[in-house]
Amino acid sequence: MKIILGNSHPQSLFAQRIEALSRQKLFACYQCGKCSSGCPMAESMDLLPNRVIREAQLNNEPALMSCRAVWFCSSCFACAVRCPKGIDIARIMEAVRTLQMMDGKSITEKPSCEDNGTLPQIALISHFRKFNM
Amino acid sequence: MSEGFRVAYFPGCTLKTDARDFESSALAVARALGIEVAELSRWNCCGTVYSLDAVNLMPRLASVHNLIRAEEEGFSEIMTLCSMCYNTLKQTNNLFTSKNNGLAAINDFLCLKPGYSGRVKIYHFLEFLREKIRPEQVKNLVVSPLDGVAVAPYYGCLLLRPKEIAIDDPEKPEILTPILSALGAKVIDFPLNNECCGAYQTAMHQEAVVRRTYRIINSAQSEGADMIAVSCPLCHYNLSALQGLVRSTHPGLKAMPILYFTEVMARAMGLDYRTGVRVIPQDVAAAEARLRPSPNDPGREAVK
Ligand code: SF4
Ligand code: SF4
Repeated sequence: MKIILGNSHPQSLFAQRIEALSRQKLFACYQCGKCSSGCPMAESMDLLPNRVIREAQLNNEPALMSCRAVWFCSSCFACAVRCPKGIDIARIMEAVRTLQMMDGKSITEKPSCEDNGTLPQIALISHFRKFNM
Repeated sequence: MSEGFRVAYFPGCTLKTDARDFESSALAVARALGIEVAELSRWNCCGTVYSLDAVNLMPRLASVHNLIRAEEEGFSEIMTLCSMCYNTLKQTNNLFTSKNNGLAAINDFLCLKPGYSGRVKIYHFLEFLREKIRPEQVKNLVVSPLDGVAVAPYYGCLLLRPKEIAIDDPEKPEILTPILSALGAKVIDFPLNNECCGAYQTAMHQEAVVRRTYRIINSAQSEGADMIAVSCPLCHYNLSALQGLVRSTHPGLKAMPILYFTEVMARAMGLDYRTGVRVIPQDVAAAEARLRPSPNDPGREAVK
């Protein structure tokens, strides 16, 4: 099968939306994997950060709209400071999160704070900011 | 940076509640060093984690309101203690100084006339100490040197990344080294000192954060650390409050005291700062008590 990469292709609408929301150049990524190798949350992710980028390049909307990896990203920017192509992957993770939330897919589990009541505000407010719209 | 050692201070929510010891110790240290700290008379939550969405302005407004208030009060710069507040305010402010200028959009959106100028500068207390205070000044105030105590500074993410807001080298941070050395501490450099603790994931994916916490504490302990010094209330919570959970799966891990860097300073300077607010696990409190730099230091109450 012939796969056409690039954001000018008419079938790459999903990739274009991610680029618009993140203002990052998806197609600059050459899949070196450096982002994933330093990602502190990688072991909890179903798609590694470089795979998220790859699926976006391939315009694979179903894979990204159902991936849980973006909900484990802690926006630590380790990937962003290390990417040799200057891509801010944290912003791409946020774009996918936003698209999932707009599609009604936000995480609805209760924060564990409701069980123990000891979380500091900084954790609570961050949680509400990242996981709700 | 302010002349005459007067700085405007933005506290943020957590420093008025769970992290009160952070604030009180920092203020005590600042006073001892002759720095006048003026808290903004009006402020609100910084908004926490900076929004990475390029389109939506709403998540930035909390920070913008603080910048506007600082300007209204005549301050051209604000100092923060919390790493998260520093990061969020600074990234928001950068939105107005970078080439894709969001200032007009924000001012229009808020119907502000004349509007925010974009000129308030954001500093972290550590930058202030580096630029204005010589390590000897700290050393001169030490009454209970930390002789032999091995302190591992843990920087995490928010002071170092993204690059535009970094107060130090993102891959090899050392900004705390001169201060801790001046207190007489042995400074421990450990490989995970700039890795994320899991941050706000603690509210949703606690198991994932516990794995991070284990790795970070274990790394510092393997390098010989007696305690870890932090500057973020979220790092503090994840590294300290979750230690019980960590030890249930890793019983070999010894209790590791987690202190704000300003607490380490205040203790060595013999300054009383305790507010009695902090909730720390009992074994961590006990480990901390064993490290007391002086018999006059009453330590903190373990309340959990
Ligand atoms: S580090 Fe950059 S170039 Fe390498 S895989 Fe990740 S996004 Fe692509
Ligand atoms: S910002 Fe997210 S994807 Fe990037 S390294 Fe951190 S946790 Fe991983």
